[in-house]
Amino acid sequence: MSQFSSSFWDIYIAVITLVSVIACGVFLKMQSKRRVAGTATETTGHTWDEDLGEYNNPLPRWWMWLFYITIVFALGYLALYPGLGSYKGLLGWTEVGQLEQENAHAEAQFGPIYDKYAKTDLVDLAKTPEALAIGQKLFLNNCAQCHASDAGGSKGFPNLTDNDWLWGGDPATIEATITGGRTGVMPPWGPVLGEQGVKDVAHYVMSLSGLAHDSIRAERGKALFAQNCVACHGPEGKGNPALGAPNLTDKTCLYGSGEPTIIETITKGRTSQMPTFKDRLSTARIHLLAAYVYSLSHHGGTAPPGK
Amino acid sequence: MARPSLKALQNENEKSSVRPVAVVRPGESVEQSLYEVRKKIYPRAVHGWFAAWRWALVWLTQLVFYGGAWLQWNGRQALLFDIAQRKFYIFGLVFWPQDIIYLTVLLVISALSLFLFTAVAGRLWCGYACPQTVYTEIFMWVEKMIEGDRAQRIRLDRGELSPRKLGLKAAKHGAWLAIALWTGFTFVGYFTPIRELWHDVWSASAGPWSTFWILFYGFATYGNAGWMREQVCKYMCPYARFQSAMFDPDTLIITYDPQRGEPRGGRARGADLKQLRLGDCVDCGICVQVCPTGIDIRNGLQYECIGCAACIDGCNQVMDKMGYPRGLIRYSTEHAMERGLSQAQMMKRAFRPRVLVYTGILALIVAAAAASLWLRVPLKVDVIRDRAAIAREVEGGLVENVYRLQIMNTTEEPRRFEISADGLPSLELASPAEVELPAASSREVTVRLRVDPAEVLPGTHRIEFEVRALGEDGVKVEEKSVFIVR
Repeated sequence: MSQFSSSFWDIYIAVITLVSVIACGVFLKMQSKRRVAGTATETTGHTWDEDLGEYNNPLPRWWMWLFYITIVFALGYLALYPGLGSYKGLLGWTEVGQLEQENAHAEAQFGPIYDKYAKTDLVDLAKTPEALAIGQKLFLNNCAQCHASDAGGSKGFPNLTDNDWLWGGDPATIEATITGGRTGVMPPWGPVLGEQGVKDVAHYVMSLSGLAHDSIRAERGKALFAQNCVACHGPEGKGNPALGAPNLTDKTCLYGSGEPTIIETITKGRTSQMPTFKDRLSTARIHLLAAYVYSLSHHGGTAPPGK
Repeated sequence: MARPSLKALQNENEKSSVRPVAVVRPGESVEQSLYEVRKKIYPRAVHGWFAAWRWALVWLTQLVFYGGAWLQWNGRQALLFDIAQRKFYIFGLVFWPQDIIYLTVLLVISALSLFLFTAVAGRLWCGYACPQTVYTEIFMWVEKMIEGDRAQRIRLDRGELSPRKLGLKAAKHGAWLAIALWTGFTFVGYFTPIRELWHDVWSASAGPWSTFWILFYGFATYGNAGWMREQVCKYMCPYARFQSAMFDPDTLIITYDPQRGEPRGGRARGADLKQLRLGDCVDCGICVQVCPTGIDIRNGLQYECIGCAACIDGCNQVMDKMGYPRGLIRYSTEHAMERGLSQAQMMKRAFRPRVLVYTGILALIVAAAAASLWLRVPLKVDVIRDRAAIAREVEGGLVENVYRLQIMNTTEEPRRFEISADGLPSLELASPAEVELPAASSREVTVRLRVDPAEVLPGTHRIEFEVRALGEDGVKVEEKSVFIVR
């Protein structure tokens, strides 16, 4: 109740709660017996629908004791647990404390399993079905939103099953990518190259992947590429994993292979963001996840790449 | 003492008996408690036609209950409600959580049966088949065997504490606890394999939850059948409270015939009733002594009456001894009593619209449930389309969508399934089409579908998956989904 500056509301709540609980007992006591003037009647004295009376069928007395027990229970509960304003209760129980306790319990239960896997080499782990089963669950919970549930990727989100890597596909790099995240930036070239220049470069890039292209434009684009793009994509367009610059000579296109898409990419640039997972997942879990991702493009993966 | 009207009787809380009223002079006031100390009831044992029926049902229900858990089927327990694995086995049938509709149907059938039986003959369930009645009957039999019948029990309870009393009480509670624990054990045996549980119990290695439920259910049996008895029916059971809504003037209820019985009174055997101006009721009180809920049926229908017909059996014995015709207390209806209907006329009224409607609905639902069980396909499929990754371009410019198919093989044999999809030109499967599932298992299969964007318009298209069991005709499931082309 810290949102209120005075302790009035604490007292207000506590008083209402206690008075209600105690009043229940007082009323029960008062209502257990009643005085009837004159001769004792069998009905409760209530009449409905003109002539329907209600006989007094006394409840068993143990039933009444159950009511009293609930009152005693309520008072005991209010003494032990926080229920009266800001009073903390004798047991000192808190929701956060319970969560931490449950987490600690889960950690004690599952920790050894993760520890065992954390010490196992990632390549060996990628061949362990039990580890991969956990890895897949982690993948579906954390990664499938962007990379799709088969890890085949989506527009702007790389396919993880084809052994074609933007930042490198060795076990340590995969782990580093998941842990720290990645930001891939391609600057916009529209202002530099102009509309025709962009189109020329696009056709050159299409020629690198063996796509249908205009060879005159591609020839002109080659020169522009050599001036502007090689810094990241390399002289042969094979990319640079240190910068996350993709290989342009293969058939994999992160954003799509159509001419309009490539022109858009060159004109406006691209920024892709892989978030960091080190705050969300423990290193042991990241290790398992990395093993699962590694297994997808190496033998023993559960989701083989498309035909 | 006139018989109260049904309207008054149907008032849920009403008791038609006129209880003794303390004589108080005018001007004085009395204190009435709204709670009362329970008066222990000592029902007298009774034999007869209806008691025999009740015992037949005790045997039947308990043979099914105690024996059913031990039956084997297909190398497993025939009746097993495996909550941990979320599978219910009932002989050849395996029910998955997705089959919850059958539980609903079972409950609907039970409820309608209750309506039907209650409309025809009142609280048949309460009187003959309810576990509360059945276990109370067993416990009372044990009590009678150890402590003796009503009079002996009353004497024993009033007597001083003696080694004999202590011994009898210990023997009775020991026997009750043994039955109760066996009941608890059997109950748990329907949820965890009973043969393993048996070994676990004897080696004291049953899990904490099994132990808890055995003790809990055992305690409930012991407490309800040994101690609570009629109080369960009077204060706890909701059915007792809404039964009056299902009664009508043609419902068979246990009825004392006041026209024949009154004025009641003691008389010598063979005395001339006309001269004594007495009815057939000899006022022996047997009907009250045998009543497990401690009421006097001669006061008319009361909400406490569980319809056990013990008073009919008891009264018939007395009538036989007196040489009077049986049936002073009998199953009869309000109309029959008011209008003096013959047995045949009364029975004819059992086929009134209300009963026929209940029967019709019940028959329809039972038939539908049976047909549905018969035609059940032992395969379930759920299609979950990837939500965030909508569509992607793959080699050759094709558009690919990703789905996860939850395939459930609900048979007890391993099966191979073939996945196919239909609904768009050039739609093809880009993941393995065949999948194998072990017996009674489920598997999530990732399925990729591809379309040539040149052949379809951009947007969302309806498609349909079909999963078919290989080598088995008719075992197939069709599930709708959508394919999205950017």
